Amino acid sequence: MNTVFAIAGVVIKELYRRKDFYVLFVLSALITIGAGSINFFKDLAMVRYVKDVCLLLIWLSTLAIAVMTTARQIPSEKENRTIFPLLAKPVSRVQFIVGKFLGCWLAVGLAVLVFYVFFIIVTAAKGGEFYFAAYAKTIVLHWLMLGIVIAMTLLGSVIFAAVSSNATICLVAILGILFVGEHLNKIAVRQPEPMKSITYTIYYMIPHLEMYDVRNLVVNNKQMPDLIACVKATLYAGAYMSLFLFSTWCVFRRQRLNA
Amino acid sequence: METILKVDKLRVEYSSGEFQKTPKIALQGLNLEVRAGEVFGFLGPNGAGKTTTMNVLLGFIPPTSGSASLFGLDVRQPIARQRIGYLPELTYYYKFLTAEEILRFYAKIFGLTGNAADKRIEELIALVELGHAAKRPIKGYSKGMQQRVGLAQALINNPDLLILDEPTSGLDPLGRMKVREIIQRLKNEGKTVFFSSHEMGEVETVCDRVAIIYQGELKEEGRVSDLVAKHRATNLEQAFLTIIGYKSAVTP
Repeated sequence: MNTVFAIAGVVIKELYRRKDFYVLFVLSALITIGAGSINFFKDLAMVRYVKDVCLLLIWLSTLAIAVMTTARQIPSEKENRTIFPLLAKPVSRVQFIVGKFLGCWLAVGLAVLVFYVFFIIVTAAKGGEFYFAAYAKTIVLHWLMLGIVIAMTLLGSVIFAAVSSNATICLVAILGILFVGEHLNKIAVRQPEPMKSITYTIYYMIPHLEMYDVRNLVVNNKQMPDLIACVKATLYAGAYMSLFLFSTWCVFRRQRLNA
Repeated sequence: METILKVDKLRVEYSSGEFQKTPKIALQGLNLEVRAGEVFGFLGPNGAGKTTTMNVLLGFIPPTSGSASLFGLDVRQPIARQRIGYLPELTYYYKFLTAEEILRFYAKIFGLTGNAADKRIEELIALVELGHAAKRPIKGYSKGMQQRVGLAQALINNPDLLILDEPTSGLDPLGRMKVREIIQRLKNEGKTVFFSSHEMGEVETVCDRVAIIYQGELKEEGRVSDLVAKHRATNLEQAFLTIIGYKSAVTP
């Protein structure tokens, strides 16, 4: 495990020594503070409005950080040739992949925490109440969703040669799942064969990331999913992360690396 | 003497062309044996297959057929790389890390932590004379300084076998001398060094034995003095040119 943690440590250092995270954080903070300072028609639902804007920005920013950080990991290791001295050590390709995944997931987890601390401060400043259990569940579910996104992007990074194409394809796929994923079964019902079977297959194959989106519940102070549902969501995320990481290893294990 | 690096009937083919894939043979039936404690020079013109051989030895590419082993272990197993150090021709390291951080990272991979890691890092930084810049990010380093970081990382685990791919390429005379001194020092310590180079003078000075490879095939192997004598040459460069069948177009 030493090797996996050593590789993960470098990924975390990289994220916090680059400017991307700080730029997105400052941008999100400015937009949220700006939006919160406008008091449309002295609307009493101001807290809900600020929460909504802030959570949307947190989702978009962390998604961008997760995809961009992960998409460049393996291609930039190859391009900068840093992969050669590393794999010339007793490091297996599975350790390399798991280390990269863990590093991205932990680094993004830290970013999620920073964003949510800011969210709680802004909400409290606008007179919102603090529900520890609800916020803890929101953060954990969000982080699990990002785990699936990271594993999926890592798979893309060993298939597509260019970082930009991988990041674009992953972002489009992830946003597609978030917006359309839950409606695919309803669309399938209305389709003739074979489109019906194809749409159903897609519906059952894709990771349903929208399940982890509890923004609406937080904004409207509704009942959060219970512990059993959270455990099920964790297992579901774990299964998809394992599947994507296994696929990444299958592609990467025999890939030629020409020094 | 124990054989620590063995290559047996190694063949590597690359596919070229987008649709109609035609195989390009990079290595064909290569046999090599490097024994413990010797400095072994691996020579050949550009494109001869030196880097491909190193890529197979380090597990970067799988052989099409044949086998390669380090310390008796198949090179495809990561554990085979436990006792080796590798310095690539072009050394690029994580530019956002300092030399000290990079060495700590590699030390951790070999399970070296705490005081043992601190001591080893200190020793290596002194050896490659980077004390003044050890806490600065690598992005500000010159090429020579980066090469010295490369050498330090290759030695982090106190390896029994050091694989160097053109270690002095692009270095100034002082840098070359420093690398040569380090190779000599390792040889005196009983370590094995396997290195590729274009610098015949350098090879002649430090190598016990050499192998000459051309168009993916092993042409000659033996002691430098024996090869020079066999081809009635005055130095290794002349012997090398005779072995690869070079004929000068210019008549003196």
